[in-house]
Amino acid sequence: MDLITPGSGLIFWQLLGFLGLLFILIKFAWKPMLAALEERESSIENALKAAETARNEMANLKAENEKLLAEARLERDVILKKAQDASNKMIEDAKVEASKQGAQMIENAKAVIETEKKAALAEVKTQVAVLTLEVTEKLLRKNLSDEKAQKELVDEFIKDLKLN
Amino acid sequence: MTRKLLALSILLSAFLLGFSNPTFAAGSEEDKTSFIMHHVKDSHEWHFATFGHTHVTLPLPVIVYSGDRGLEVFMSSNFQNHETHEFGKEYAHEGYYIDEHDHLGRVDEGSFVELSITKNVVMMFIVMFILAWIALSAAGHYKKNGAVAPKGAAALIEPIVIFVRDEIAKNSIGPKYKKFVPYLITLFLFIWFGNLLGLLPGAANLTGNIAVTCTLAVLTFIITNVNGNKDYWKHVFATPGVPIPMLLIIVPVEIIGLFTKPFALMVRLFVAITAGHIVILGFIALAFIFESYTIGVVSTLMVTFINIIELLVATIQAYVFTLFTAMYIGGAVAEHAHDDHH
Repeated sequence: MDLITPGSGLIFWQLLGFLGLLFILIKFAWKPMLAALEERESSIENALKAAETARNEMANLKAENEKLLAEARLERDVILKKAQDASNKMIEDAKVEASKQGAQMIENAKAVIETEKKAALAEVKTQVAVLTLEVTEKLLRKNLSDEKAQKELVDEFIKDLKLN
Repeated sequence: MTRKLLALSILLSAFLLGFSNPTFAAGSEEDKTSFIMHHVKDSHEWHFATFGHTHVTLPLPVIVYSGDRGLEVFMSSNFQNHETHEFGKEYAHEGYYIDEHDHLGRVDEGSFVELSITKNVVMMFIVMFILAWIALSAAGHYKKNGAVAPKGAAALIEPIVIFVRDEIAKNSIGPKYKKFVPYLITLFLFIWFGNLLGLLPGAANLTGNIAVTCTLAVLTFIITNVNGNKDYWKHVFATPGVPIPMLLIIVPVEIIGLFTKPFALMVRLFVAITAGHIVILGFIALAFIFESYTIGVVSTLMVTFINIIELLVATIQAYVFTLFTAMYIGGAVAEHAHDDHH
């Protein structure tokens, strides 16, 4: 057996054996194995994709939530502002109303005071008149002894009354 | 642990060398190294060991086909001296003989074809059996469990399958890689197992045999050229962008190139593995030549060291053979988008 001359027997058996091995292994080992590998790889890839999708969805959901939250905040602010405005307006209105009412009350009071004053003045006048009459009567009882003086006085009174 | 093992192996080797020394010491200088070439080459018998004058050998069938005598089968032990177990022309049997260089010959000088189950053929079947066993039990795992994480034999084979598919086939062949992956995996594993098992003591130098590497290279050659597309053949016979007078030189070179590729594959694997075996055996032979225990210990250390390197070489050579096969196939099936500029 030579080192660098290929032996015919070995070539024959090697070819036969290797082709047989190739056939058996391809049919029963590599085909099912490569198929299983591919299946596993695709399932892993799908799982990864699904995870990616889920993550994206989560992110979307989160973004949406944030958007909703921001909107809610905005709305809250608007509502708060409205309430503030409303309360301010109410206070303002109340103030105006109160001042109006106050003014009215003052007016009323003034009117009452005026009336009272008038009434009081009239009372005073009447009182004065009564007193004057009483004084006058007393005076007259003393002074009006003569007719002429009486007449003059009456005339004067009438004149005064007319003027009054 | 490692240190203990190393110490034990050195002790054992020294003992064995000392024990077997008288056998070799008795012979001439040539006898002390002849076992190297005897181991590296193929043989009609499987010789395991010699204790004194007792040879532990496995006789193997000698199968001969000749036009005039048909198919004949003998045992190799029929062609030996029964005492010394030596082959020789004088021990002819049924018109055939095996000479002292392990050559089969016909006494009447007629033509014949030898199809013997030699040592390497047996080794080849052992490698194939182990490979098929592991691969089939690995495939069984997927059949039983479906596409789940690998376990057992599948865990051993799967990374290799993925490596060959992704790193060798996909990278070197391109989009049409799928069809060639099973061949490449078988090729890689056969060479790798052959290389590794060949390193075992007493094993045959299977992948370092030129007939084996030649057969594998021829298969690669056939697969490459059968799958060669229009671009590939155009590149060989009408290389684009080369003026017609130049084609007279280029075309023969390209045609030679078709054959040098598998030739390089054949020679590379044969040389790498055979050289490794020769170096290991050379270091072992040193102990017998110098007939010294000291040299024995040193050479054993060197043999251990070279063996570790050979483990690496076994893998690298399997990878290289498969990679180049994939690259040749890739070159044959590649679609060139261009035509004018090359």
